[in-house]
Amino acid sequence: MSTFDFLLQGLATALDPMILFYALIGVTLGTAVGVLPGIGPALTVALLLPVTYGLDPAGSLIMFAGIYYGGMYGGSTTSILLNTPGESASIVTALEGNKMARAGRGGPALATAAIGSFVAGLLATLALAFLAPHVVKLALVFGPREYFALMVLAFVTVSSAFGDSALRGLTSLFLGLALAVIGIDQLTGQARLSFGVPQLLDGIEVTTLAVAMFAIGEALFVAGQGASLQDKAIAVKGSVWMTRSDWGRSWKSWLRGTAIGFPIGAMPAGGADIASFLSYAAEKRASKHPEEFGHGAIEGVAGPEAANNASAAGTLVPLLTLGLPTTATAAIMLAGFQQFGLQPGPLLFATNPQLVWGLIASLLIANMMLLVLNLPLIGLWVRLLTIPRPWLYAGILLFATLGTIGVNPSPVELGMLLIFGILGYLMRLFGYPIAPIVVGLILGPMAEQQLRRALAISQGDLTTLVDSPVAASLLALSAVALIVPLIMRMRGKGGVLAQMAGDED
Amino acid sequence: MSLHFPEKPRRPDGAAFVIAAGLAALGALLVWEGNRLPQLGGYAGVGPADVPKLVGWCLVALAGWTVVAAFRGAFPERPRQQVPPLLWIIGGLAAQLVLLPMAGFSIATGILFACTARGFGKRQLWISLPVGLAFSLAVYGVFDRVLELNLPAGLPETLLYGG
Repeated sequence: MSTFDFLLQGLATALDPMILFYALIGVTLGTAVGVLPGIGPALTVALLLPVTYGLDPAGSLIMFAGIYYGGMYGGSTTSILLNTPGESASIVTALEGNKMARAGRGGPALATAAIGSFVAGLLATLALAFLAPHVVKLALVFGPREYFALMVLAFVTVSSAFGDSALRGLTSLFLGLALAVIGIDQLTGQARLSFGVPQLLDGIEVTTLAVAMFAIGEALFVAGQGASLQDKAIAVKGSVWMTRSDWGRSWKSWLRGTAIGFPIGAMPAGGADIASFLSYAAEKRASKHPEEFGHGAIEGVAGPEAANNASAAGTLVPLLTLGLPTTATAAIMLAGFQQFGLQPGPLLFATNPQLVWGLIASLLIANMMLLVLNLPLIGLWVRLLTIPRPWLYAGILLFATLGTIGVNPSPVELGMLLIFGILGYLMRLFGYPIAPIVVGLILGPMAEQQLRRALAISQGDLTTLVDSPVAASLLALSAVALIVPLIMRMRGKGGVLAQMAGDED
Repeated sequence: MSLHFPEKPRRPDGAAFVIAAGLAALGALLVWEGNRLPQLGGYAGVGPADVPKLVGWCLVALAGWTVVAAFRGAFPERPRQQVPPLLWIIGGLAAQLVLLPMAGFSIATGILFACTARGFGKRQLWISLPVGLAFSLAVYGVFDRVLELNLPAGLPETLLYGG
């Protein structure tokens, strides 16, 4: 069967009323968390994981993907109206979008962000559908050493290629890898670093770490700044409709943003924040009105917003076809798959095509829902910004602990939540990125297994790791991604990389 | 009473040395554990002890790098921090942890709620405590009764929702 047939079948799954309902919950929640500062899609999926334990796997995963997409839409609202990005991928949007809102053009800014997200989401999801089967074919020839090399590449790009310091990125990654060692070794059953504490034998839960880092660490960090001021949202004045010239200036930016965002998400090259930054730079160069940049150029909103949505779709390519998460949100979605006993990868396309294609097809539908949620109903979301900070963060911590209590109400688990929360706070304080520790924890055991399998096949010969062309070039690429940014920083050109700092989503 | 971290530019940054020491200690722990574990390499020649050792040595190396970075003043400046809000939130989490088995979900979480709100500047505990309790009770109803999550029940839950 062709991709098209699979996609049609997927649409049939996705149009099931129950699945539609899950998708609607997902996109609504996603938009809400995108709008609210302080919580992003990664945290929301982590919080929902325990709640969905007893629910339908397909529906839950569709809901998670809806949250991811919705977060990318909602983040722009906060950026434009508040000048505080709702999530990290919308930092660039704040540059031009907030200027537009101050100039009374908030309506068109929101519109171009929403329509651009829609266009990008649609095109990128279709690209995902047509690219995925090819990657799956490629992945079938991958052995343990190729997977190991791929994971090394993901480790490097997540931790040290972007951001302001390779040292802090790598430190965060290795903290994650150290935590990943705790528990029973999956190949021999040997207990490691458990010190006789039975709760440690199962290892550290990815959700516990993610919730602690993103919810508690963030809450402590914001509280520590002591700013009890409430930011004031700029009211949307005038028409939300874009003029003819707005459309004319936007559509090329949408397409360019999509073309930049999707490959960046699809290759293990970093998250949506990098895509949106690159798109902004491209728009600035391509614009016929470069003088408007910095004063509210509509291209500077349209391009990056399209790029961050396209990259969210792109991230699903390695996640679904290889089981390789390249962002924190993807890492937690992988934990979601594992919770239902599903391992994303080439096999999933063969054993459970209904689920995979249903998921892809429902992303198309989720996109339409998001357009409706974000254009006519924008006033509703703006109200969310008026929730006072004390109530907002008190609620976040309530739900953060709820998930852990629901799964395992032991003092050990809650104690870990607290300790990792304080660790997350300290990491934020000293400028350590959060995503590498989460990715290290979930990918660490997988990389170790692949490495040991590869070495078992070669009977301990280390050269096997570079013996195949694919593995060798992946490892070489990792080395380049590690060394080139180091040299750039040493030559004082690190500023560009620092601006691309990928943090949360 | 707002304590904060010293702001004056100290060189080299003292905090970096504490971080480096912590990383080195963690690395040493992993290496020690790796040496303690039986070597079950089998065909691979790489057993369960090797990856902890590798990660441990990398952490030790990163600790060394951190020290170098500290001497070169490559540590970023930190935003000024206020300690009392932090203590309110951490205290709230700790209180929840201790109270949960005895008092049940709503009381423990209500206290966490009020403490967090206090940390963010909501001083009126006589407002935030009942709000937190009521909200937690509602959340308990939705998640324990409707979504079948197992939350520890206390007196308020039993009174409101039955045993």
